[in-house]
Amino acid sequence: MTEISVIAALEDPVRRRLYDYVAAQGGGVSRTEAAAATGIGRTLAAFHLDRLAEAGLVEVTFARPAGRSGPGAGRPAKLYRRAMTEHQVSVPPRDYRAAAELLAEVVDVTGAEPELQRAARSRGAAAGRAARQRSPALPDDVLVTGALAAHGYQPYRDGGEVRLRNCPFHLLADRHPPLICGMNLALLEGLLSGAAVTGLSARLDPRPEECCVVLEESKNNDD
Amino acid sequence: MTGYHLAELNIGTARAPTDSPEMAGFMAGIIPVNALADTALGFVWRLQDGDGPGATALRPCGPDVMVNMSVWQDLESLRDFVYRNGPHLDFMRRRRSWFHPMAVPYLVLWWVPAGHIPGLDEALSRLDLLRNEGPGPRAFTFRDPYPPPVPAAEAAR
Repeated sequence: MTEISVIAALEDPVRRRLYDYVAAQGGGVSRTEAAAATGIGRTLAAFHLDRLAEAGLVEVTFARPAGRSGPGAGRPAKLYRRAMTEHQVSVPPRDYRAAAELLAEVVDVTGAEPELQRAARSRGAAAGRAARQRSPALPDDVLVTGALAAHGYQPYRDGGEVRLRNCPFHLLADRHPPLICGMNLALLEGLLSGAAVTGLSARLDPRPEECCVVLEESKNNDD
Repeated sequence: MTGYHLAELNIGTARAPTDSPEMAGFMAGIIPVNALADTALGFVWRLQDGDGPGATALRPCGPDVMVNMSVWQDLESLRDFVYRNGPHLDFMRRRRSWFHPMAVPYLVLWWVPAGHIPGLDEALSRLDLLRNEGPGPRAFTFRDPYPPPVPAAEAAR
């Protein structure tokens, strides 16, 4: 399947909603769950989920519902989860990835990481200020998760932490972890300070298949 | 199990003497980070000396060049520790405030027979090999890894 036909599989708005839902979940999602979450029938959900699987946008696994095993546990359920492969289409052709690779290599060799982190922090701060100006009255954590979602991080709550399901710089971070994760941390620190959010702080805490940064409730939070 | 372990050497030219304020963050961090390595999955051995935390007092490459050498069960266990352990990744993120950048490779990986503890001579010759010939089966990097050697008996089958 070509990159364009993979992307085209998302053109249908219902399918797109299903993809967004599945991609935002941590593990596998059943047809019933996906149907309920997107407000459509189970048969229609199954049809679209299988189209997404054919396009390689989601992966299919089979698992028994938690707590049931042995004979009589029923058939294993078909579960869908976000595929880790990434797709990129640019018309006309552009190759920012190769340029980013080269720039990252040069930053590595010249030791310009402090400058990269400074630039990232001020870019994050600008995004944070803009988000704050758009919605001055929004509670801090709603504002932050909204801004993170808008930048593709797929944030979710995990106890007192906001974790980020998606790394927007995945391939680059894989090749240059300290460089790109450090840049990302600075971006998010900047976002928090630009949006004047004091109740959350960013730190590095990489988890497999997720972003390397986690936002945790600040210990010195006194509101 | 392959019968081989992965050895790692990493060198860095310090920006200041270890007892200076510039290096205080590094010297304070090295002890807890080494402790994390010791308990990490797949850790086998790391170079130490008697005069400072870790191997910070060893200077086989010159007065300002610090070395770090360790052995791990495989490439993934080392990669998990180096890049997927929060405190270690954060330590690496700050490395430019303590160490000068280098235009030549400063980290080399190579396979050793399980049980073999490499000496500094061996490690530095692998770094030379990487610098002179680029990544290959006898000296490589995270970005261009090579698989462990196939034992002769297995290769003959």
